[in-house]
Amino acid sequence: MKIPKRKFDVLVIGAGGGGLRGSLQLAQAEASVAVVSKVFPTRSHTVAAQGGMNAALANVLPDNWHWHMYDTVKGSDYLGDQDAIEYMCRAASKIVIEMEHFGVPFSRLENGKIYQRPFGGQSQNFGGDQAARTCAAADRTGHAILHSLYQQNIRAKTHFFDEFFAIDLIKDDEGFILGAVVLEIETGEPMLIEAKTTLLATGGAGQLFRTNTNAHINTGDGLAMALRAGVPLQDMEFFQFHPTGIAGKGMLISEAARGEGGYLVNKDGERFMERYAPHAKDLASRDVVSRSISIEVLEGRGCGPSGDYVHLKLDHLKREVLDKKLPAICESIRTFLGVEPATDLIPVYPTAHYTMGGIPTNRHGQVVVPVSTGEEPIPGLYAVGECACVSVHGANRLGGNSLLDIVVFGRAAGNDIVNFLQENRYHRPMSEESVESALGRLARWDQKGKGEPVDTIRRELQAVMEKYCGVFRNEDILSEGLGKVLEIEQRMSQVRLQDHSRIFNTARIEAMELENLIDIAVATVTSALARKESRGAHSRTDYPDRDDQNWLKHTLYYKDTRRLDYKPVKLKPITVESFPPKERVY
Amino acid sequence: MKFRIHRFNPETDAKPYMQDVELDIEPSKMVRDALIRIKAKDETLAFRHSCGEGVCGSDAINVNGTNALGCLTRLSSLQEPIEIRPVPGMPIIRDLIVDMEQFYHHYRAVKPYLIRHDPEPEVEYRQTPQQRDKLDGLYECILCGCCSTSCPSFWWNPDKFRGPAALLQAWRFLADSRDQATDERLRELDGPYRLFRCHTIMNCVTVCPKGLNPTKAINEIKKLMLKEMI
Repeated sequence: MKIPKRKFDVLVIGAGGGGLRGSLQLAQAEASVAVVSKVFPTRSHTVAAQGGMNAALANVLPDNWHWHMYDTVKGSDYLGDQDAIEYMCRAASKIVIEMEHFGVPFSRLENGKIYQRPFGGQSQNFGGDQAARTCAAADRTGHAILHSLYQQNIRAKTHFFDEFFAIDLIKDDEGFILGAVVLEIETGEPMLIEAKTTLLATGGAGQLFRTNTNAHINTGDGLAMALRAGVPLQDMEFFQFHPTGIAGKGMLISEAARGEGGYLVNKDGERFMERYAPHAKDLASRDVVSRSISIEVLEGRGCGPSGDYVHLKLDHLKREVLDKKLPAICESIRTFLGVEPATDLIPVYPTAHYTMGGIPTNRHGQVVVPVSTGEEPIPGLYAVGECACVSVHGANRLGGNSLLDIVVFGRAAGNDIVNFLQENRYHRPMSEESVESALGRLARWDQKGKGEPVDTIRRELQAVMEKYCGVFRNEDILSEGLGKVLEIEQRMSQVRLQDHSRIFNTARIEAMELENLIDIAVATVTSALARKESRGAHSRTDYPDRDDQNWLKHTLYYKDTRRLDYKPVKLKPITVESFPPKERVY
Repeated sequence: MKFRIHRFNPETDAKPYMQDVELDIEPSKMVRDALIRIKAKDETLAFRHSCGEGVCGSDAINVNGTNALGCLTRLSSLQEPIEIRPVPGMPIIRDLIVDMEQFYHHYRAVKPYLIRHDPEPEVEYRQTPQQRDKLDGLYECILCGCCSTSCPSFWWNPDKFRGPAALLQAWRFLADSRDQATDERLRELDGPYRLFRCHTIMNCVTVCPKGLNPTKAINEIKKLMLKEMI
């Protein structure tokens, strides 16, 4: 089949913060860049990030990047790669200031500097007093950052393909990635975008779970594309449940609510986090707080008629703090709960939030796979942000580190791609076979006749993942869950679309998104079943302890034969001493 | 509940029509929830939506004659049958989906980014809380387009009048103490159309789902222009 073709130096898939920071770096370096996004860029899910972005600016309390590094390593439950973490924490201050120069409307202190607030898992002096490291634009920091990055890309004249859906990567026999086949959603026509390098920045896969804080679009498309291109996914068993989603609904209430002085109470009005984390209390790291909430509910101390949530208390905060520091979540609480945060308690429950795992990369954003002597980059393929696993978050991400992650590594990948382009000056011959295979994925949905609808399968998948792969897991639950997910995968071949139109056919997009989610679900449950320990967000009731002897290693999952492999954690930072694993208490 | 939904598939329909739909749904749900459930039964219904909490700005639609975000509009606040149409004045692609290109063009045209002429310092540009307060009510815009597509001046002159959303952003940068391109920005907006087609009808203020006030921003630009002239 002959399809239209466009050629660029670089193809960026995804227009959230990671993709846009990468494309900006490349556009400024005068590379020709195409950004493909299935939604208009400012609708990408970075826009929903609330609380802020960590950097040791020390504008409010003493701080330095090394403390930030320590907190991040500890937060990761020692599964984070310490070279990448050092790189990120060292870069953070410069990167935040750069974002400010791009126009981000950060909140301000009296002296005119960027406002910073305390967030979970932050400390001064390697585990001492609470730090205030999170740079914030009220509680709309993601919005402020995404819009500023889009605006800078307008200025840099980046080429955008808005509302184009990426179907699959193109790969030649030598393993080079040559671009992607994409679908113009408005016309329903496929197109080939040839590129010397492709940067995946497609975000996470929160839609795996029924109740989640994520947007409808967060279907992990890049993760699944990587899997189908033979790339493994790393550490997929680590999925973050945010402690404070609005109970039963999922809308996010930022950790900033607790950073500004809010706290959690059970049905007895007890501030229960004092029991679980005597030092950090409500600002312990997210895995700890989410587990504590779940235990309160399991042990009968939950609130409400069914006792299935706890309360977030903000009513003691000054009106000025609510209005100035937390305006958007207050608005959200009023809209979706019909209650007033200044006077009422807010029902919250741990809610699927963030994909710690992802496409394995090094700190330059290069996608890497194991070879006999370590690791090797896949030529022409990069990944950043939530779809990537650098890994700076390890087994548990700290609040405020994801906005940082996307801009730090978006920029780093942009820089590395510039080098790659200098050594790879010409487009390689196209692999027609690979293009045909990508088009086959699209053609599959032209099959007519009776079959199960996409919507039924998606809802079942989300219910299964929530029930069998939630905050607490064990062998029986996960085995049963894997069976169910594999059964859903089987049924997928019998699914048919009833809508075969071309123009803005969102049903067809959702069908391909569901295929992506299923691939990721299998990866997640398989990885979780294999890891026989508890670490960070992966909490096994049958193996309640962390087991550094056997499990201080990254999981790699391959789609073919659902094979698992493992690779060591990089415990050696770039310049400083390693933080060796020790008991993790908050 | 009873719904009437604007349907148009250019591949099969000669012209748009209104489809009557009955749906069993709790009135406490939002319009977006209803559309998702309707789509689950009839996957041919096409509409944009994403975050479901009013920050991505994807799902601007016209509900019972008023522009709104589907995800923030509670069914119980609406009279039945609930009429759902695409936002007015834009080319319709399909069902509830319009072509927003004209709207985005105006946004890009106001140079919505910080412009500085001084060398960059190694630290943040200083801005007092009071200076930063001036950006509140401006930077929060989510580019949903509810305002511009409810503006009669934008309907008459969609190619020349920048429209409330773009002008709100123009003022967002004019009002930013860090920006150094005031003259350039004002020059760009001068003339009979780009700014001055605003006739203070204020539909934009009524419909903005984020409670922003583009009319006020437009007046501020006019005032600043006058001041700069004198």
